[in-house]
Amino acid sequence: MMDALQQLFGPFWPVVWNLAKIVAIILPLMGAVAYLTLAERKVIGFMQVRIGPNRVGYYGLLQPLADGIKLLFKEIILPTAANKFLFLLAPILVLGPALAAWAVVPFDLNLVLADIDAGLLYILAMTSVGVYGVIIAGWASNSKYAFLGSLRSAAQIVSYEIAMGFALVGVLMAANSLNLGKIVLAQAGGFWQWYWLPLFPLFVVYFISAVAETNRAPFDVAEGESEIVAGFHVEYSGMAFAVFFLAEYANMILVATLAAVMFLGGWLSPVPFLPDGFPWLALKVAALLFLFLWFRATFPRYRYDQIMRLGWKVFIPITLVWIVVVGAMMQTPWAYLFH
Amino acid sequence: MIFQDYVFYALAAILLFAGLRVITTRNPVQAALFLVLAFFTAAGIWLLLEAEFLAIVLVLVYVGAVMVLFLFVVMMLDINLDKLREGFWDYAPLAGFVGVLMALEMVMVLGSKHFGYSAPEKHGADYSNTAELGRLLYTDYVYPFEIASVVLLVAIIAAIALTLRRRAGTKHNDPAKQVRVKRADRIRMVSMPAEKDEPAEGEQK
Amino acid sequence: MMNNAITYDLIAALPEIFVLCMAMVVLLVSLFLSARTLYVSYILTQVTLLGAAFITVSTHIPAVGYAFNGMFVDDPLSDILKLMIYLGTSMVLVYSRSYIALRGMYRGEFFALVLFAMLGMMIMVSGQHFLTLYMGLELLSLCLYSLVALDRDNPRSTEAAMKYFVLGALASGMLLYGMSMIYGATGALELSQINAALFNGMADRSVLILGLVFVVAGVAFKLGAVPFQMWLPDVYHGAPTAVTLLVGSVPKFAAFAFVIRLLIQGLQVLTVDWQGMLIVMAVLSISIGNITAIAQTNLKRMLAYSTISHIGFLLFGFLSGSMNGYISSMFYISAYVLMTLGGFGMILLLSRKGFEAENLDDFKGLNQRSPWYAFLMLLLMFSMAGVPPTLGFYAKFTVLQAALQAGFVSLVIFAVLMAAVGAFYYLRIVKLMYFDEPQDHAPITPSPDMALVLGINGMAILILGLMPQRLMELCAYAIAHSLQ
Repeated sequence: MMDALQQLFGPFWPVVWNLAKIVAIILPLMGAVAYLTLAERKVIGFMQVRIGPNRVGYYGLLQPLADGIKLLFKEIILPTAANKFLFLLAPILVLGPALAAWAVVPFDLNLVLADIDAGLLYILAMTSVGVYGVIIAGWASNSKYAFLGSLRSAAQIVSYEIAMGFALVGVLMAANSLNLGKIVLAQAGGFWQWYWLPLFPLFVVYFISAVAETNRAPFDVAEGESEIVAGFHVEYSGMAFAVFFLAEYANMILVATLAAVMFLGGWLSPVPFLPDGFPWLALKVAALLFLFLWFRATFPRYRYDQIMRLGWKVFIPITLVWIVVVGAMMQTPWAYLFH
Repeated sequence: MIFQDYVFYALAAILLFAGLRVITTRNPVQAALFLVLAFFTAAGIWLLLEAEFLAIVLVLVYVGAVMVLFLFVVMMLDINLDKLREGFWDYAPLAGFVGVLMALEMVMVLGSKHFGYSAPEKHGADYSNTAELGRLLYTDYVYPFEIASVVLLVAIIAAIALTLRRRAGTKHNDPAKQVRVKRADRIRMVSMPAEKDEPAEGEQK
Repeated sequence: MMNNAITYDLIAALPEIFVLCMAMVVLLVSLFLSARTLYVSYILTQVTLLGAAFITVSTHIPAVGYAFNGMFVDDPLSDILKLMIYLGTSMVLVYSRSYIALRGMYRGEFFALVLFAMLGMMIMVSGQHFLTLYMGLELLSLCLYSLVALDRDNPRSTEAAMKYFVLGALASGMLLYGMSMIYGATGALELSQINAALFNGMADRSVLILGLVFVVAGVAFKLGAVPFQMWLPDVYHGAPTAVTLLVGSVPKFAAFAFVIRLLIQGLQVLTVDWQGMLIVMAVLSISIGNITAIAQTNLKRMLAYSTISHIGFLLFGFLSGSMNGYISSMFYISAYVLMTLGGFGMILLLSRKGFEAENLDDFKGLNQRSPWYAFLMLLLMFSMAGVPPTLGFYAKFTVLQAALQAGFVSLVIFAVLMAAVGAFYYLRIVKLMYFDEPQDHAPITPSPDMALVLGINGMAILILGLMPQRLMELCAYAIAHSLQ
């Protein structure tokens, strides 16, 4: 059948085939995003001794669908004197990098869209580009709340990117590669060989920075509904708002997946007697995502200066020190811990 | 090969357009955004040249960090465009003349016939540009690399020395101190009976 | 074998490594010092200079050695220039200590930045590769920009720093552009390889010349030669005098080495081409520098224009294109730095809290206030003007002699005429000091170390002028053992 299709499309076959692969990644991802929103409401509901959504469909399972349809039919309002082009471009710029980064994420052995050598750098570049959507959204809205939100978000993302980048430097030093697939394979050998153990401080820093980078509670000052209403997307409605919403959850899944790939052995099985495979990755991602929701239900919002302090004065020094420790350890007999 | 040529020309056209818009657009925020676009397309061209490390780092550092801070500042500035453009046309003829002259000189000198190089060979798929760059930077070029790090250190020191001011009256608080606070530092336990002993006849009433 | 190479690299660059480490130590230690104990930073900085001098002397050999894959050169020229840089920096610190203390700049960052600037100069002096030369220059420039702006509540300093930064960045860009052209034409970044490629005549000439123009323009910008001099008076005038002292003095050693490395070691084959450019710049610098200086009432500005004319004389040594010329240039630059240190040292001496003795009128009647300092100033002015028994005369004499030997007779005559014009404004200060009534009667009370060093500085100008042989031999030794 493949041959027949290949014949049909002729020289355009590589393009079509790649598009098909992209769709095969994006569609399940969008489904996961939709049900992550439901999971969030359910989990937080249970933690607060409520039931959460339970009206639409059995057990509330059709709730995301209903929300989607509702947003789809709402009007997109353009604020007066807003820069129309940038205003509409912003949501796309937020979602685009969040999806583009999936190109290098390995789901299983050799199951990856683009197996490039500089994968880790590519991921860092893509996650750092996402901030543009937020900044532009805030600026183009022509509203002071949105603007304040975007400024907060920009400063916060740039600050935490440094700590995040340094944490990943530790990973690439340990694995001796920037290729995400090779990083996973370097952790082969079961639960105790994964990098969360030798790189524990980096793992913690990475995960907390990831929470900050996605503007999630307790670092969600960019939205800060109690002070600046909803921050950078206060002026957005309908599908434009929905795209921001999608991007936030897609980013959450992305950073959770990256944490799983880089510190928790990706698709590898924790015990030798069970086979490796994609379900392990899904399980790890789900566990990390649960942490995201748990944080939101538990912690009060950080004050802005405390966020900055945590990023610059705590995380960056920790990662710097641990990079030196890793480098020194690799020259000692304990180097086997990393390979 | 043909396909790559098309990609190159498309990217180059976008790059030129974006570069021109950076200096012609009236709005500084839009100018900064066009610069971002220019960086992106330049990164694309570098990718075509098999310099993937440089391309990605260009996006990571310039687009992801430098331009964000740039935008951050530009957005907060209240720039009076008319004032900025004052005197623009007075200088335009001279500047244009010098610019055209320089461009002509470069065109005359920078043709490929002056550089006797043929296109470098393509590397195989297993060739890692990043690893090779790293090897060179940390061996042959370690001395300039270290000097570059000193330059960055000086930039940090200078920036802090020029801007850090300890103002009186800021509401800064020290989290370490906050964490170390004991209950006894803040409150005083006073033993107070819940009720006063009422006169005996009140109870009897 | 491999390890030996690395060990050699580290030994060759030991002064740089030591200065770098100590700069960071000074920076860190200063954080834990109170305003009262900050003199520890000052002493640490002076100790650093002493230690670096010790290392440089003890690792000195009269031969050329290359380290870090030919990016670093350790030759007598670099060693001697480094020693001069240590000495000059040390004098800068002695002169400026009380000045910066009175103006709230006595901070750890000042000393750290001075040390980093010095590190930049050392890297330039030892640079043997476009990359190291350029990085050293950037390190130096960055430190100087921020030092100029360090008195941050002073709008004049801030403006000067801004001008310096923007024009300096432009110059760096031109330099880099020229270097990239030369790289494109020769395929090499290392000076000896560039020289070899040029010698074989493989490089395309039009690309080379365009690159050379940009390189020379960039270098001229950094030196402050006309027509790239416009930043110099504003920066000299606007910067705090202690920083002007630094900007105007020691970095000229690095600039000298920069020219030697780039134009003579790297692009010697193109001598005829850069000679023409240098002639134009030298003539313009001497004439514009000297003529404009006459109109100045501010001593710092006047010294800035005098610097421009001195740079013109320095270029005379280079454009003669001979060993003798380079030696005389080195002698000239040493003399110039010594005179500049003394000149700005005098301004610092007469300045006090809230008062800058930067106007010519502030020097009126100095003889009545203190005959000794008036005499020192007299020596300095005579030397800058090139009046016979002083060092400045001999320096001008050797440079012009070298140009004469190279056959530039009319140029030399022109330079002598311009020097005579220049003598006018130097001697005007002497007249103000000796024949006018003082306007300012505040007592002159320098700290003992400053009084001592300034005295030695002034007398050195006289003594070296009478007996220039030792300094001349030193320069000849450095040049002869380093340039083949």
